Amino acid sequence: MFNQEFILGCSAIGAGLAVIAGIGPGVGQGIAAGHAAAAVGRNPGAKGEITSTMLLGQAVAETTGLYGLLVAMLLLFVKPLLP
Amino acid sequence: MGANILLSSEDLGFMIKGVFSFYIGDTQVWITTTHVCLLIIIIMLTIFSVCAKRTMKSASEVPGTFQNIIEMCVEMLDNMIKNVMGKNATKFLNYIGTLFIFIMISNISGLLGLRPPTADYGVTFPLGVTTFALITFNKFKHQKVKGVIKGLCEPWPFWLPINLIGDFAVPISLSLRLFANVLSGTIMMALVYGLLSAVAYVWPAVLHVYFDMFSGAIQTYVFCMLTMTYVSDAIGNE
Repeated sequence: MFNQEFILGCSAIGAGLAVIAGIGPGVGQGIAAGHAAAAVGRNPGAKGEITSTMLLGQAVAETTGLYGLLVAMLLLFVKPLLP
Repeated sequence: MGANILLSSEDLGFMIKGVFSFYIGDTQVWITTTHVCLLIIIIMLTIFSVCAKRTMKSASEVPGTFQNIIEMCVEMLDNMIKNVMGKNATKFLNYIGTLFIFIMISNISGLLGLRPPTADYGVTFPLGVTTFALITFNKFKHQKVKGVIKGLCEPWPFWLPINLIGDFAVPISLSLRLFANVLSGTIMMALVYGLLSAVAYVWPAVLHVYFDMFSGAIQTYVFCMLTMTYVSDAIGNE
């Protein structure tokens, strides 16, 4: 019913939409960094520990955004929707 | 296909490419760039470890440069693992240390012009499965079968399927996280070099520091940290 170009175009749009998932981790990492900054302001002595905890949490929070990227990559390169 | 102009992976070299193929029976088996890069990294690490062994055999009281570097690495790994795992650390030093060094060098290898092997799901998934096997083994060893079943039926018995899915999601999320992070870095660098090739001089070095070194180091740390946390969880506090 649909030709190949149409499906590929729709896949590209879907890939673009999937990458919107990046908003979530962006917000999450921002919140983590903000709270870390507040914590350093309250207790400057614990700067090293706070930084490493923040980085670990941010790296884990990043995962959901990367799942969006993975879906986009699958749509663009593996092309699962093509018959 | 017209739609493939932007996607022409030959120009932007971030896809896995086959080097040569051979047949086992009727199946075509490809040797890809991942295999080649893995081989290079393994050879590098082997040479390094042989040199390290030789240096540490004739270790002196006042360490030289190379001995200093080795001692620093080992001390750092020991401290990291002991901080998280406490008294269980000695049993898992070898596994986590090996994991850390291998993933670290793999992630950084983008700097050497290789395609990082960890940007291939076929490399990270076995790492995740190994960790999963370690977790499950320790669970059965320390909590016994009764404890494991009790843990699966935690709040209520009909929670069992959700707990099972949660358990099996561990290796998948671990490996996907590492894979996608390294892959995203590889894609960004390939886009910079592929699409901006006319002006890509000197300044991509800054991006390399972030995408290859910083991101790679953080993801290595996260992978090892999560492995240690899960294993400590499985052992429990007896």
